[in-house]
Amino acid sequence: MTTTESGAPAVTNRFTDVASVREALKSVNYLADDGIAGVAFLADRLGKPILVEGPAGTGKTQLAKSVAEMTGAKLIRLQCYEGLDESKALYEWNYKKQLLRIQTERGTDGATEDWTDIQDDIFSDEFLLTRPLLEAITADEPVVLLIDEVDRVEVETEALLLEILSDYQVSIPELGTITATQIPLVFLTSNNTRELSEALKRRCLYLHVDYPELEREREIVLAKVPDITETLADQVARIVRSIRQLDLKKAPSVSETLDWARTLMLLNIDVIDEQTAKDTLNILLKYQTDIAKAAKELAVDE
Amino acid sequence: MLELLNGFVVELRNAGLPVSLTENLDAMEAVQHIPIEDRDAFKYALGATLIKNHAHWRSFETVFEVYFSLRGPEYKIGEDGTTDIDEMWREMQEAQQQGEGQGAGGMEGMTPEEIAQMLMQALMNGDQAMMRAMAKQSVKRFAGMEPGRPVGGTYYLYRTLRNLDLDGMLDKMMEASREEAPDDLTSLEERLEREEYQDRIEKFKGEIEAEIRRRLVADRGAEAMAKTLRKPLPEDVEFMHASRDEMSSLKKALQPLTRKLAARLARKRKHGRKGPLDFRNTVRHSLSYGGVPAEPKFKYPRPAKPELMVVADISGSVAAFARFTLMLVYAISGQFSKVRSFVFIDGIDEVTDYFKATEDITEAIHRVNTEADVVWVDGHSDYGHAFEVFWDRYGKDVGPKTTVLLLGDARNNYHASQSWVVKEIQHKARHVYWLNPEPKSYWNTGDSIVGEYGTYTDGVYECRNLRQLEGFVEKLA
Repeated sequence: MTTTESGAPAVTNRFTDVASVREALKSVNYLADDGIAGVAFLADRLGKPILVEGPAGTGKTQLAKSVAEMTGAKLIRLQCYEGLDESKALYEWNYKKQLLRIQTERGTDGATEDWTDIQDDIFSDEFLLTRPLLEAITADEPVVLLIDEVDRVEVETEALLLEILSDYQVSIPELGTITATQIPLVFLTSNNTRELSEALKRRCLYLHVDYPELEREREIVLAKVPDITETLADQVARIVRSIRQLDLKKAPSVSETLDWARTLMLLNIDVIDEQTAKDTLNILLKYQTDIAKAAKELAVDE
Repeated sequence: MLELLNGFVVELRNAGLPVSLTENLDAMEAVQHIPIEDRDAFKYALGATLIKNHAHWRSFETVFEVYFSLRGPEYKIGEDGTTDIDEMWREMQEAQQQGEGQGAGGMEGMTPEEIAQMLMQALMNGDQAMMRAMAKQSVKRFAGMEPGRPVGGTYYLYRTLRNLDLDGMLDKMMEASREEAPDDLTSLEERLEREEYQDRIEKFKGEIEAEIRRRLVADRGAEAMAKTLRKPLPEDVEFMHASRDEMSSLKKALQPLTRKLAARLARKRKHGRKGPLDFRNTVRHSLSYGGVPAEPKFKYPRPAKPELMVVADISGSVAAFARFTLMLVYAISGQFSKVRSFVFIDGIDEVTDYFKATEDITEAIHRVNTEADVVWVDGHSDYGHAFEVFWDRYGKDVGPKTTVLLLGDARNNYHASQSWVVKEIQHKARHVYWLNPEPKSYWNTGDSIVGEYGTYTDGVYECRNLRQLEGFVEKLA
């Protein structure tokens, strides 16, 4: 169990330890906590995909992007949706080109060519359209594969991800099996709208990204909003935490926090009082009932 | 180490978490890449490989704390020798008290008032190390732990907290910060300040709990401790016996569950079966095949959505169950063409309007509990009378599209059953179902007459926990 079994592509060690992952992520403006950095480190060491789950707008997709940026790898993204199939995710035969090829063969010299020759010809790399998953496998340079919102595909479609996730290979009946030359870092994100299958979960490391702690959120605001003062960032983070504790339809996400902080900067506000908070709540919250509730709560007099 | 990990995994499985063999192997491999001294990294490594559902994280954390708690001689119950941390603590304390010129001789010599003072200082400054030391000291002083005493951790926790009076502490802290501020605090600032302190106090409580647990583990061993701490997962908590903590975790679990359920039902409706041929779509796709309609396309079927009538007993014993079912049904009300709800104890009242008036389900539930007119004579469940009135007033609205849900334990206090009403409903409605929050073995014992009603329904279902309720609702829509 200490070494990886032969046959599989070698695991490359991109990172030396957890702390270095964290530092590197910080250098590309992504503030990770211990959990995030630790799992990213393990994923690299074990050569396993990461399944990232959590509420919307907590930086799940951004994590994959930042890791790509930090390792200098190319990001290949597969956006999942209902009805996604093999021909959109893995590969497709370019049948129009195949058709043309057959027709030209016929046109050149009246004699019909041997069918097996044509068959060998039209089922070759030239006529293969690679889709994101195959592209990630065949790439020579390092890649980060992001499979976004995997919970949107049907349970049956999930199965087509399994081969690539566990063995990093794709089987094409006409061509045989294509194995990855290097193991890409794979991120799957999910908004948890449905339970993913056991088979998929088993193959992944699991990472739950939640709303950040007060300190981390403040740091994120400081890092992402230029010229913001520390007191304002602190106040923003504290008010957002306070709002998240209410029982809302949709709690404010990190991106909404940042939008709010930017708005306050644009309005030249240094200190948030109740009135400004109330007036700008619609940036944090997107439901009328939520806004009314938060406004009422924040204005409460002791 | 291997043995410890194995024991850990076995305990996780005992706690009801699904841990497969491959996941176990992954965990073993993962920990080899992690420096063993780094406890947090170790925890995340195990978590990432073993736990694949966020709802299970809490259970995992508890078991982890028990198995991999910091162990050492300083956690032996009843030992009085000073340790490193105590030493450090004393130095800190002396440094603080120098200004006051008091030569306090360590923590043991302090009065409870002084301890409270110190704790308040630590909380106000948000000093983590200090808070941890305080937690340690408080447990040592107040919990009165004795080796081998067969009481649970909650008892010690209660004793410690009673002595510390943390609620009073919060008020004092607010007062102090009000005095410190240069001008008056606005209500917004005050609210933020209060939340900050509350958060710190919660953390402090967590520290105390962890400390007690550590000491108990040192005394009794990990396995015995894990057994007493074993708690059911949120979806397995029984509605009828849920404690307040469990209730709030249930509520939290309900929200993602309804989202999942709604998504799944919508999908099922769309993909259930194929509708008639969609001619335009087929022709459009035939262009890819040179005009040959090789790939027929079908219209999505739009099956009629059922109408739902929920009739719920909200008397004390089953109130929680009724509440959760109503919440669940209204959260996915988009899947039904119409939802009407009625609540009863011995009188019956329609509460549909409460849910219509507001988008906030919890508020509607609150109004149901406070405003609905459900008491007729004495406020003890009388299913017979309630059903009779239901039939009189609303019976005409039950139609062939309607599905009627009856919720309750059918404990009728030996009143007349009037089960003919259920029979009549069954004749008119599409389906009638009975949901019973009691375990099956209790049915038809004592004053429960669920069997009598059950013969006239299309099915009686045991709904003791969220998992069972979810399963039923999915079947329904």
